[in-house]
Amino acid sequence: MSGISATADPYRIGHRGGSHQPTAEHAGGGLVSKRIIVGYGFWIFLLSDIVMFSAFFATYAVLVNETAGGPTGRELFDLRNVAVETAALLLSSFTCGIASIGAQRRLHDWYYGAMAITFAFGAIFIGLEVTEFADLVARDAGPSRSAFLSAFFTLVGCHGLHVSAGLLWLLTMMAQVYAKGFRADILRRLLCFSLFWHALDIIWVGLFSVVYLMGAGQ
Amino acid sequence: MMGKLTWDAVPLNQPIPLVAGGVVLLVILAVLVWVTKRGWIPYLWKEWITSVDHKRIGVMYCFLALVMLVRGFADAIMMRAQQAVAFQSEGYLPPEHFNQIFSAHGTLMIFFVAMPFVIGLMNFVVPLQLGARDVAFPTLNSVGFWLTATGALLVNISLVIGEFARTGWLPYPPLSELKYSPGVGVDYYLWSLEISGVGTLLAGVNLVTTVLKIHAPGMTYLRMPMFCWTTLASNLLIIAAFPVLTATLTMLVLDRYLGFHFFTNEAGGNMMMFMNLIWIWGHPEVYILVLPAFGIYSEVVSTFSHKPLFGYRSMVMATMAICILSFMVWLHHFFTMGPGPDVNTFFGIASSIIAVPTGVKIFNWLFTMYGGRVVFSVPMLWSIAFMVTFVIGGMTGVLLAVPPADFLLHNSLFLVAHFHNVIIGGVLFGLFAGYEYWFPKAFGFKLDEKLGKAAFWCWVVGFYVAWMPGYVVGLEGMTRRMQHYDVPEWRPWLIIAAIGALIILAGIVFQVMQIFVSIRDRVALRDEIGDPWDGRSLEWATPSPPPAFNYAVLPVIEGEEAYWDIKQLARERLTLRDEPEYTEIEMPKNSPTGFVCAFFATFMGFALVWHIWWLVIAAAIGAFATFVVFAWRDEDEYIIPADEVARIDRANRSARSAVLKRLAQMQVAQ
Repeated sequence: MSGISATADPYRIGHRGGSHQPTAEHAGGGLVSKRIIVGYGFWIFLLSDIVMFSAFFATYAVLVNETAGGPTGRELFDLRNVAVETAALLLSSFTCGIASIGAQRRLHDWYYGAMAITFAFGAIFIGLEVTEFADLVARDAGPSRSAFLSAFFTLVGCHGLHVSAGLLWLLTMMAQVYAKGFRADILRRLLCFSLFWHALDIIWVGLFSVVYLMGAGQ
Repeated sequence: MMGKLTWDAVPLNQPIPLVAGGVVLLVILAVLVWVTKRGWIPYLWKEWITSVDHKRIGVMYCFLALVMLVRGFADAIMMRAQQAVAFQSEGYLPPEHFNQIFSAHGTLMIFFVAMPFVIGLMNFVVPLQLGARDVAFPTLNSVGFWLTATGALLVNISLVIGEFARTGWLPYPPLSELKYSPGVGVDYYLWSLEISGVGTLLAGVNLVTTVLKIHAPGMTYLRMPMFCWTTLASNLLIIAAFPVLTATLTMLVLDRYLGFHFFTNEAGGNMMMFMNLIWIWGHPEVYILVLPAFGIYSEVVSTFSHKPLFGYRSMVMATMAICILSFMVWLHHFFTMGPGPDVNTFFGIASSIIAVPTGVKIFNWLFTMYGGRVVFSVPMLWSIAFMVTFVIGGMTGVLLAVPPADFLLHNSLFLVAHFHNVIIGGVLFGLFAGYEYWFPKAFGFKLDEKLGKAAFWCWVVGFYVAWMPGYVVGLEGMTRRMQHYDVPEWRPWLIIAAIGALIILAGIVFQVMQIFVSIRDRVALRDEIGDPWDGRSLEWATPSPPPAFNYAVLPVIEGEEAYWDIKQLARERLTLRDEPEYTEIEMPKNSPTGFVCAFFATFMGFALVWHIWWLVIAAAIGAFATFVVFAWRDEDEYIIPADEVARIDRANRSARSAVLKRLAQMQVAQ
């Protein structure tokens, strides 16, 4: 009986019926594997992060026209630069996926290579963003110029900070695999890292559309 | 080198904070000396500070809350005293000090009393009720607790180094902007809440994952005790609401530190946005606090009425309905700030609708009591007092939800009386009920009942004497946060309110005495079998206090009242079930990560307040390094051998068997 319910609902997502199968009694007390618990928890954290971004998005939407006589998005945004940023970030997500596969297959070269390329793309993204910000500040369009620019710098900068933190995490994960190998707990952290990295892409797609495309098209 | 920090920051010219701070420092030093002399430091470090056991962390959360309750109450009684004397005079507190006190009182009571108390009880109880060995992320749990403690510490440091915010418990701009609040008070507020907010978010992630993913076999969602459901609802709200608080406070930080224009008067800033954002967090926060309290009442009322909870499924529905509705009412906090009649109408109706699921709950508790053998123990007394008090608070809430009425009552003492009515009568009474109810589970002995009842009566009577006058003076037009006044009609009521605060003080004194007396009489109050109240949910199946691993063998759940079924079967057969086969258990290892991380966070917060930038960077590196060190460890679990598990479980089984034997002898005698 337990076999049937286990195949129908292996992770007990529905929790239907009482499949009383005894399983490994880990600290989690768990019928659910640690990998599932860690991934699930991290997803919930990501949701909370997305809620935080939604607050910044809403703020940006409220303040987008409050330019206080200063420059508007149309005057400031350089779509070519943004296109390169977008390409770098999306490609980095692809290579991050390759790194995950490499880790699953225990292929060191693929893992390190793909992680390094991911880092490079991420660094290109951050470099371009920093250049853009520096350029804006130099043109007297810094964050304290107007409420619009405050909201712009905060929303885009918050994403940039996340990417920077992701880069730091990426290096740590490379060092961890180098020092400890593909251990189960390290693979779980890697799972969280790749979830984080892909989530940043999703947020960037929103940012790219709402801030840059809509801003330049105004 | 030291940023804005100079010797002027220490308020040598203000005797009240200086003496208060000095006394607190002396007490801390005395405790430290005493603990060191007794040789308890290694014990505290190994068993508590670095513990990742959800029960220990839960107890520490509650301890933090109780200590901060005393601090917050000291603020309260100072305010009541000030308003009692400050009729046509300046009173004894200068305005800038009075403003800091009401700001600190609100901040402490919500963020460092109610929140840690609620999270502490959830942490302690929920894994036990689910039949789990620990929460989903034990070390993260410890990090969350210690970050909360950091926030509390920063607020209290502001007492002696610098100042606290004078802007109220929510720092409305433009008053809270640098231009109008140039001191460090608002910065203390912001950084302590940013840091403790991270801790709260971690607790939320942890508890949601625990409730949804970690169960004993057969513990399906609709078999979970009510407290688990309210924990789930409350933590879902934490995950959805606290990031908004973090974002909002970050914007205010940017305004103050880097000259941004989110909420300023100039350059297009929009201060109404602050009201919206802060209350999008703020209203769910009310339910984050009160939903777990509802869960506690459900457990207590059912246990002491000796009946299953009436309408369990409707209770679940009502909880989740409140969870969703709580995000649709935030605007009722500023009906008067110009949203217009259409918007006000929508939010007025939405706010009134919340009374419906809440009413469902009240009736369910009443019907649970109906026809039951009600035992008026201390937790039950708190629950009954809650039902009466909360209905009054709820009805004044519905009054305030009517926009035209709100235009008269907004920011008056009527409003202040309303939210004290629901937070003391709803949240705090529930927390005290839970404290009395689960104390024997945590420590193995009950709290002294006589003193518990004395404290209960002082609190309840004191609450009514202190806050019913608030409704009266509110209707007479008294606004909140008045340092002095010259309306003679208000004076008698404010003197009565001060007397009420003194009665509550007596209640707190009884509570402190209760702890000492109960520890002294612990042998007589001992809970031998682990089920002192004839409980119905799973936590009472464990010994008191439960072993680190909670359950020697994970229980198999076959019904809604897991433990009650097991117990009834044992009572019928007059014997326990057969001894299970014991196996070794893996448990997570203790870790100082949380404590060390909070150590760095404290320096970071302090340095950010005072603009000591090198220290900010050093502390950030320290915190990151802490996590790397944690990530590098090779063994994160230790093994409890099967013999040890058997020894602990057999001791409890023999205590329970003895009870059954007595029961059998009684039946034979009859």
